Amino acid sequence: MSPPDHLRALESEAIHIFREVAAELERPVLLFSGGKDSIVLLRLAEKAFGPGHFPFPVMHVDTGHNFPEVIEFRDRRVRELGEKLIVASVEESIKSGRAREEWDPARPGTSRNRLQTVTLLDAIDGHGFDAAFGGARRDEERARAKERVFSFRDDFGQWDPRQQRPELWNLYNGRIRRGEHVRVFPLSNWTELDVWRYIEQEALELPSIYFAHERDVFDHDGMLYAVSDWVNPSSDPFSTSVRYRTVGDMTITGAVRSRAADFATVIAEIAATRITERGETRADDRTSEAAMEDRKRQGYF
Amino acid sequence: MPAADGKGLLRLATAGSVDDGKSTLIGRLLYDAKLLHEDALDALHRNGGGAAPDLASVTDGLRAEREQGITIDVAYRYFTTPRRSFIIADTPGHERYTRNMVTGASTAHLAVILIDARHGIIEQSRRHAALSALLGIDHLVAAVNKMDLVAWDEPRFRAIEEEFAVLAAQIGVGAARAFPISALHGDNVVERGPADWYDGPALLTFLEEVDVATDRGGGPLRLPVQWVIRPDDAARGARRYAGQLAGGTLRPGDEVVVLPAGSRTTVTAVETHDGPLASAMPPDSVAVGIEHDLDVGRGDLLVGVDRQPGVGRRIEATVCWMAARPLRAGDKLALKHTTRTLRVTVDGFEALLDIATLTDGPAPAALALNDIARVRLRTAVPLVADPYDDNRTTGAFILVDEQTNDTVGAGMVRSISEAAPGEERSPGVVWHKSGLEREDRWRALRTRGATVWLTGLPASGKSTIAALLERKLVDAGHPAYFLDGDNLRHGLSGDLGFSPADRRENIRRVGHVARLMADAGTVAIVSLVSPFAADRELARELHDAAGLPFVEVYVDTPPEVCEQRDPKGLYVKARAGEIPDFTGVSAPYEPPPHPDLVIHGAAEPAERSAERLVAALKESEPA
Repeated sequence: MSPPDHLRALESEAIHIFREVAAELERPVLLFSGGKDSIVLLRLAEKAFGPGHFPFPVMHVDTGHNFPEVIEFRDRRVRELGEKLIVASVEESIKSGRAREEWDPARPGTSRNRLQTVTLLDAIDGHGFDAAFGGARRDEERARAKERVFSFRDDFGQWDPRQQRPELWNLYNGRIRRGEHVRVFPLSNWTELDVWRYIEQEALELPSIYFAHERDVFDHDGMLYAVSDWVNPSSDPFSTSVRYRTVGDMTITGAVRSRAADFATVIAEIAATRITERGETRADDRTSEAAMEDRKRQGYF
Repeated sequence: MPAADGKGLLRLATAGSVDDGKSTLIGRLLYDAKLLHEDALDALHRNGGGAAPDLASVTDGLRAEREQGITIDVAYRYFTTPRRSFIIADTPGHERYTRNMVTGASTAHLAVILIDARHGIIEQSRRHAALSALLGIDHLVAAVNKMDLVAWDEPRFRAIEEEFAVLAAQIGVGAARAFPISALHGDNVVERGPADWYDGPALLTFLEEVDVATDRGGGPLRLPVQWVIRPDDAARGARRYAGQLAGGTLRPGDEVVVLPAGSRTTVTAVETHDGPLASAMPPDSVAVGIEHDLDVGRGDLLVGVDRQPGVGRRIEATVCWMAARPLRAGDKLALKHTTRTLRVTVDGFEALLDIATLTDGPAPAALALNDIARVRLRTAVPLVADPYDDNRTTGAFILVDEQTNDTVGAGMVRSISEAAPGEERSPGVVWHKSGLEREDRWRALRTRGATVWLTGLPASGKSTIAALLERKLVDAGHPAYFLDGDNLRHGLSGDLGFSPADRRENIRRVGHVARLMADAGTVAIVSLVSPFAADRELARELHDAAGLPFVEVYVDTPPEVCEQRDPKGLYVKARAGEIPDFTGVSAPYEPPPHPDLVIHGAAEPAERSAERLVAALKESEPA
């Protein structure tokens, strides 16, 4: 079966973006979280450069609070591809005094999420990266809707929404000065549903937590948190069938009740859902309406 | 379940004035398409503060915009219906944001222009329509909004509809259509509205069905090379040239030309990482293999043999200036076109465009932010491009400020040409007159200058005839000098190869040297394969412009005779594949359509040919 026209167009656009960055910037890096969007990114990079190797390494900003299933998947997938993996550790940023701990196991909903910005910017600086591919999509959230595919960051890693370069046709301007970098979002024009349909089309493997499984969870402020070493349950834990729509820290990523154990049922659930994925399952974005905008300005993914 | 097969992706731009209700329309499309998610709805109910949802707030992305109630930048929205996937480029309407409208329209297939039914088509609407047309959008939709506020008055709508059709025709847009809607109430947006006089489809139904496929592989082949895939070891595959198709259909076996070099080769493979393709067309990203081992890299353009793009240094383009600082003649910028970046100088301005009518105004002294003008540009090396009207990818470019690295302009190629023969190419350098007139020089030295240009296949006998001619002229006391193609390549053209571009440059140089010699009073005798008619024509035009005689001589020796002679063993090497681009074997030769003299090299002795040439030269002198 030939893929739907619009997925083929989105795939081609993303491949074009990957190749432009590889050709025009000196030291790109691909940010990989083990989540479904970055899994799609990896696949697109394979398509852009295969059968050659990626002309850049893969990097994970590791808070130390990830789902173990995701870390296992990350290591295995990058090894299978034969590519190079860099792990930038938030734990080390805290130990070295670059970042101050914000996570408190006694307060569900607190996390090291914001600290990733420090670790990410230090890693970009330390390795001399001038471009970082990310899996962000414009449909995720309001501030992202206005972000360019090539999103320019100053030498403090900050995004200025009012000073963005106009982006016309498929002509991307990746010129920067030393110390500055570009965040590049090949999935800018994809929706959550597109990502799922592409994963299905390409038969991509996902970390197991994306599909329904039995898990011990507890309810906090309307979200289902996983019972883990990093958070003290604020209510009585119970076991139920859940899956995850996004992959973040165990401390802040909520599960959705679901019995969808395969692609078809997951996609059917997403098509029917009325709540955006970040709003449903990310405590970090529920803090304020402008939460993402503020974090982006500071240099977040 | 939503499926978006069928019509594929529709990219549309929306434009309207602040109060036309554009954001409300987009909110309505998303809301009524039942795809506006519930938590986003929660937020807009809070913002609206009332019972009716504040649909407009859905699209105001940044906090500054929500606080000020304005839209400051292009925002992209996505929705999918069971029949189609949509990307909306939502562009703000204020006049000063022309650059955003141009940006949003650059990738759109269709533009929806919001018109307030109470006010009809205003100056702003005309601008939005015209900018859409300028950017190559061939489908315009007028969303005549707030029909509820004019009591769904049919004559009111029909008048606007008629005016819109006239406007579209004026700016050259093929398909234009108006819809009476009320975005606030949702009438005729997704569901049909209350007006019984309107029997057309709802706006969304139309958008789901409209066919905007323009050049799905129909036009001439264009593939900008973006990246060369070199597998680490041969076992993983051969070298591939990767890029996104910008025009035409590409199939294995196609003969292609690599520009700007001009080398010809054959496509041996068209593939993606998933495997080989029987054919590819825009917007596919592919990797291709070619038959010959050519120097192909990023920035090159693969095209078909027919309908090749323009190649030249002089560009006339419509430029939208997007920076606060003015653009002036003499400014130097970087120009990014397809996968190639070159340096460009602004030569001057032809006309400032009236953005409402797309008509030419007077030439401006400089361009200010959001000005659109016809501009003359000169590139440092030849640009390979199509007119934007023919191809929205290979006809488009951006201008980048090399100091700030900002994108400061967007351009659409109108025409492209090489500098005219003999034309001054270095502004600021003035031709120094020696003070001695040519006729005075020639009379005093009792000589007359001219150029004899011998063209023909390798080993056709050109150089033999040229050497005899030189000898005869000098023996008769007339200055003559033999400019041999092979010898020139040891010095003056030592840096050039045998690609069509290098051959052209070689002929340009030799043409200029011959012209100077002829001007000095010598008969310059050029012996050069010079396979392309256009290049020889350039040499002739150089002489015509300078008022000097130019005698084109076609040494017409049958190819098999040439190959049999082969005094330097070149044909043997070329047949063995050791010499690429060898004229007569692996590169074409275009015989002159109207040579001044034809020499049948296989039939006529060289001595006799040389004598006929002397006679021809005498004829070229004024009586």
